[in-house]
Amino acid sequence: MVEGDASPLSLLTLLVLVGVLAYAAAAGSALLHARAAGTAPVAALAVPARESARLLVQRRRTVPGADALLWRLGGALLPVAAALAALVVPLGSTAVSDLSVGVVWFNAMEVLAWCAVWLLGWGANSVWGLVGGYRFLIQGLSYELPHMFALITAALGAGSLRVGDIVAAQEGVWFAVLMPAAFAVYLVSALAMAFWGPFDAPVGRDLAGGASAEPTGVDRLVLLAGRYMLLAVVAAMAVPLFLGGGAGPILPAWAWSLFKTALVLGLLVWIGHRVPTVRMDRFTEVGWMVLLPLSLLQALVVSVLVLAR
Amino acid sequence: MAETVVFVVCALGAVASGVAVFVVDSMARATFALLASFLFAAVPLLLLGLSYLGVLVVLMMVMEMMVMVVFMIMYMMNPAGLMPMSMVHNKAGALTVAAVTFAVLAAGVLLVPWPAREGSPPGDPTLQLAEAIMGPHMLVMMLVGMVLFATMVASVVLSTPRGRYDRYGDDLRRPRPDDPIRGGVGR
Repeated sequence: MVEGDASPLSLLTLLVLVGVLAYAAAAGSALLHARAAGTAPVAALAVPARESARLLVQRRRTVPGADALLWRLGGALLPVAAALAALVVPLGSTAVSDLSVGVVWFNAMEVLAWCAVWLLGWGANSVWGLVGGYRFLIQGLSYELPHMFALITAALGAGSLRVGDIVAAQEGVWFAVLMPAAFAVYLVSALAMAFWGPFDAPVGRDLAGGASAEPTGVDRLVLLAGRYMLLAVVAAMAVPLFLGGGAGPILPAWAWSLFKTALVLGLLVWIGHRVPTVRMDRFTEVGWMVLLPLSLLQALVVSVLVLAR
Repeated sequence: MAETVVFVVCALGAVASGVAVFVVDSMARATFALLASFLFAAVPLLLLGLSYLGVLVVLMMVMEMMVMVVFMIMYMMNPAGLMPMSMVHNKAGALTVAAVTFAVLAAGVLLVPWPAREGSPPGDPTLQLAEAIMGPHMLVMMLVGMVLFATMVASVVLSTPRGRYDRYGDDLRRPRPDDPIRGGVGR
């Protein structure tokens, strides 16, 4: 780290940044939709704001027999999980908290999304939601192990679970170059983590919205905001793990971090519009037969490199 | 002082959510009460400076309980709490066992002559703990790990209804596996 003694990022700044990135992801998604539909793309930039305002004044719909406690808990958990995971993501060289076990913390917090989506699906007392919740669990079991191995491989390359150390270890060569398979696996699992793009089956249209079928009004707003926040945070974490953190010429480190995050986020949003939804059972086989051996092999190669160094 | 407050809150929270597991009549709520209890139990590990173990407990418990919830709901006759159902069986016996266990453990806490601290805490308590637990028993631990893994693989192989002979034919020469659901790798 160049500025190792820089003051820590304030929590408020972090939350504002995550909010802005989440809005940008939503606006980008709306823009791609508008372009595909042939409507004015510029007007799409305000779509998330208009949709938020609409949801804020929309009356909450209730479902008979809903488990309101678990349902509301699930909705609230999604943005909370994204915010907690963001605590260890550095902006340039400073994070809110550069924990000694930052990578494990990040993983533990993003896994809370499993609880959130399942609770949302279960609590609504609706068959669509329930199927969506279970879909997310089976998807989680397929991507989680490759995801963990991708994270571990980055930590292995740096010899530390601290995110700051992982950034520092990439001063020579970025981990995206050193361990491309781990980077690719991370991006795939990041999409699955935020149930975005090809992995949106838990909230799929074939299920009338799945886990997001029943929430209305402010509940739906919190759910959608949480999902975009999660997408923004997993995109932001790819930067310190694989893309050298804030490293770059001329511009300050924080600007490079934001720029790279925006690029990764843009890529994820774009993939979400280009690739059709992948069915659960197909992805399960891909996850266990392709991604898992691939990430294990990558970990082996990096281990040998670390030992030989 | 702050540590004591956090510990007391987590201790009471762990017991309260543990009790909630048996009070609520919905299997989903019971699962998440149990998860809350586990998460409260992870915080004292963080207080001890075992940050890796503490965060790992949070990670594993969340994932484990999300798999557990599938089974807990699958095996219960009243998963959603829509019908009255008691979560306890053999009340008198269970209460006796619980009370006696609690009394024995509490007596142990109070009666054991705990040693006073000598020196200062080590720099990396997780490493020290691992060496204290596993150091002399590493071979045993690795063997147990392999046996557990082999058991899991064997139970999956035994319980799977369709093996490779069903998929690839008796001589395993079928170019494309015969699966009830198409799709996946290579088809």
